[in-house]
Amino acid sequence: MRALLRRLWFYLIAAYAAITLNFFIPRMVPGSALQNFLAKMNTASLTPAQLQALQAQYGGGHQGLVAQYLTYLGNLFQGDLGVSTSLSAPVSTVLANDLPWTIGLVGSATVIAFLVGTLIGVLAGWRRSGLLDALLPAATFFQAVPYFILASLLMLSFGFYGGMFPTGGAYDTGRYATVTPGWNWPFIANVIDHGALPAATVALASIAGWILGMRNMMITTMDEDYVLVAAAKGLPRHKVVAVAARNALLPSISNFALSISLVVTGSIVTEIVFNYAGVGREIFNAAQAADYPVMQGILLVVTFTVLGANLLADLVYVALDPRARKVA
Amino acid sequence: MSPVLRPRQPRRSGGGRTRLLRSPKVAVGSLILLFFVLLALFGPMVAPHSTDWRASRLDNVPHPPSGRFWLGTDVQQHDLFSQLLAGGRDTLLIAFVAGIIATVLSVLVGVSAGYLGGRADEVLSILTNIFLALPGLLILMVVMKMMPDGDTGNPLLIGAVIALSAWAWGARVLRAQTLALRNQDYVESARVVGEGRVRIILFEILPNLLPILASSFIFTVIYGIGAYASLSWLGLINPTNASWGTMLNTAQQFSATTSGTWWWYGPPALCVAFVGIALALLNFGIDEIVNPRMRSTRRGLGRGRGPRFQLGLTPVVRAEEGIRR
Repeated sequence: MRALLRRLWFYLIAAYAAITLNFFIPRMVPGSALQNFLAKMNTASLTPAQLQALQAQYGGGHQGLVAQYLTYLGNLFQGDLGVSTSLSAPVSTVLANDLPWTIGLVGSATVIAFLVGTLIGVLAGWRRSGLLDALLPAATFFQAVPYFILASLLMLSFGFYGGMFPTGGAYDTGRYATVTPGWNWPFIANVIDHGALPAATVALASIAGWILGMRNMMITTMDEDYVLVAAAKGLPRHKVVAVAARNALLPSISNFALSISLVVTGSIVTEIVFNYAGVGREIFNAAQAADYPVMQGILLVVTFTVLGANLLADLVYVALDPRARKVA
Repeated sequence: MSPVLRPRQPRRSGGGRTRLLRSPKVAVGSLILLFFVLLALFGPMVAPHSTDWRASRLDNVPHPPSGRFWLGTDVQQHDLFSQLLAGGRDTLLIAFVAGIIATVLSVLVGVSAGYLGGRADEVLSILTNIFLALPGLLILMVVMKMMPDGDTGNPLLIGAVIALSAWAWGARVLRAQTLALRNQDYVESARVVGEGRVRIILFEILPNLLPILASSFIFTVIYGIGAYASLSWLGLINPTNASWGTMLNTAQQFSATTSGTWWWYGPPALCVAFVGIALALLNFGIDEIVNPRMRSTRRGLGRGRGPRFQLGLTPVVRAEEGIRR
């Protein structure tokens, strides 16, 4: 229990650090963020109340720094992330609509990458043939290319020229759309159809980590005595491999925990390419409109999501590893 | 837990350096990289036109590659070949600046955390883990958007900001490796002889960290290229800085991808991809040498020659084989 409490303590510190960083970013950039904002803003006029709200958020009003910070913390605890300047709606409402799409995309892509990558990694570590080993540099290719290029590549080849999948959006919209959002089968099928390419992008980019980690751990684990014992007892071959794979899986999971923030930011970029209805499209639009409250709200919410995913990975690790369970 | 590498043992056949040069992955990777470094150095000089030169102000149809314009023109009749030649400089410069700064930071934090231990380790590790969890690219987007336009064109500043979001991964790996090295006999004896802390870190521990350092540097440069290309593709970098990313940004604005003007978005995207691949190949080659698990063939056990059950061989089996022959 103590180890788990220590981890929770870490997450509290990390969350607090993220909140504080979010407060200081607009105050640390060269020049005044408020002035930059006013210079880049698209709307013609501001009401005095809006100006006051912006001053509270970016400094430049009459309040001191400490007072600003306390106001910011107070607002945050009430779930108040400010008001979007381009959509004139509370940021929390805007994000509540976007976040499920992003989490769904990252989640399903991660599950696919985990299943396929681990399987390939086990095979590559088990029979170290030339063919599977030749696959490794190919997998790192997807890791080395930026997400937005990989996404555009898939969009062009399978979507635009191939015509197999839709090239944008999260589901059919517009006048000729035949689906109505909700829990009905045609809509779900439509969402899966639209999500296939974005999810494939994220999965392809993160799969190399799973393959490589699993392969390397398998090679070490296959040399352990307990695997030899399992083989000596006459277990069928695939069961022996399963014994080794179960133990090789653990470092793979903690390695993945390290890369969650990369996967999430990558999928946000992917959403921008596919114009997908998630956080990514929102932050792109917000950047175009210089909508600082939305950008900062997204930054905070995404950081919290990453921390939550890390916590989840910790829990999975504890559940899978008896030693960790004993310590925890 | 990241795999902890054992310090390199002296080997029979050649040192690591000769093997590094013999690896085809490293050879191909360095050749491609060399090409792009030369392009970054001399590209802007040999470009036939300046990046904002326009062939005509009346024509607004992008022209496919021709004898006059090797890579065609965009909607505004810019010469895309000149832009491509000039676009590599900033991208590579920023990525390398980011790589250097991030590597220095990761050594400072990671090695001190691993060597000092105790309370210092705890604080530095928490710091590292927090930076690992922060979504770097999003922070960069917000920071770049809030900066005045003039500052988003400064390569050193951008490189430094990218480095701030990229050092944590290396620091973590270096800390783990330093922990493993700290209690080695030779470090212990250096301590007994009375070498100072700084000297031990600089001359006993750091040389053994070099392969990891190289690999984390390359990793950061890959990240830096991706980050800078993404930021300028999103239009968050001052557009007067011609780079592959800004070319992709204008292509995106005029929806070049869906109008079939492949010569507009294809070449810059390929350049970014190839630099990434070259660096990844180099990294792969280094990994194969420092990490014995990565090597593809097992020594002493040729394919098809070993026992049919291809598990790891224990020394017992190997000894028997030896006797039989």
